[in-house]
Amino acid sequence: MAYIPVEEHLPGITGLLEFRKDTAAPIRALTQELLRGPSTLTEAERELIATVISSGNECNFCSAAHTAAVEALSGDSMIVEQVKRDYRTAAVSDKMKTLLHIATLVRVSGKSVTPESIDDAKAAGATDIEIHDTVLIAALFCLYNRYVDGLGTALPDDVSYYKTLGERLVNHGYTRLPQGYDHLKKNK
Amino acid sequence: MFRPETGKYLYEIAQTLLRGPSPLKESEREMIAAYVSNKNNCGFCMNSHAAAARCLLGDEESLMDDILNDPDSSAVSNKMKALLNIAAKVQVSGREVSQEDIDNAREAGANDLDIHDTVLIAASFSMFNRYVDGLNSLTPENKDDYKEMGIRMVEKGYSLPKQKK
Repeated sequence: MAYIPVEEHLPGITGLLEFRKDTAAPIRALTQELLRGPSTLTEAERELIATVISSGNECNFCSAAHTAAVEALSGDSMIVEQVKRDYRTAAVSDKMKTLLHIATLVRVSGKSVTPESIDDAKAAGATDIEIHDTVLIAALFCLYNRYVDGLGTALPDDVSYYKTLGERLVNHGYTRLPQGYDHLKKNK
Repeated sequence: MFRPETGKYLYEIAQTLLRGPSPLKESEREMIAAYVSNKNNCGFCMNSHAAAARCLLGDEESLMDDILNDPDSSAVSNKMKALLNIAAKVQVSGREVSQEDIDNAREAGANDLDIHDTVLIAASFSMFNRYVDGLNSLTPENKDDYKEMGIRMVEKGYSLPKQKK
């Protein structure tokens, strides 16, 4: 049970975004721009950054949801596990390794990011905008993870929820469904 | 501005949370923002939001520094003390917030929206602070610069500056 009354059929972030739609709107819009807007990073790479932060913050809901999104986008069911274990040995580009390194520093504190970590990313071919977006995605998921766990939201009853959610994040993105989410209520 | 595509939504988040409808006063919301930014050691955010809070507090402006020092020995309401305790937990991790913290806030008079807005403001400044410091943005040293900034944040709110061509 969450600490505030959210709809029972909407676990994790999904209930919070419906609880207060006015504060949700710009957060949804920022997420849509960062994770789905024009970028030289692929959508799977951006989702991978979101997953690594959520996993590091031990936010089970966000971690499982964005893992599902990476898998749906990349068709690779191994990559998230590899990156969570050690991004330095995972099957991602050298540039992504340096960006994931920056993201893990941001997760601890903005002050942890060193000039060397930025230089390494640039040497591996990262652009200013890629570095900017990596920092902002990492920071945004530090928001989401705190929001989801700080209000004690519930996990879904059934893990198949994440696969459905991951597919929704791929096919529809982060904007609110025009018809809302009442269709997700279980028929009892 | 470096990236107005994302910048405009960051301004909207700040405007909605700190100036939009809420049972919490604008001064209380700015105090939460400054309190979390101070814990994250983000000088720019702490100084600018503390300046905005002082401007909003008027005669009671010393409350801001009292809170930064120690909320429990300050003259803020018990409800604010309980909400600042929740904000401090959120700053560390969402997982730190316990049912007891929530119960204490409710006993002190906090409602669902007070609790929701406190958690989301604290979470948002955990983002803003990382964004500002992660990209090592310029931080003015002069205290007077922040005072003017705080007045502007109170008078104009949070909106994307007009782009210069």
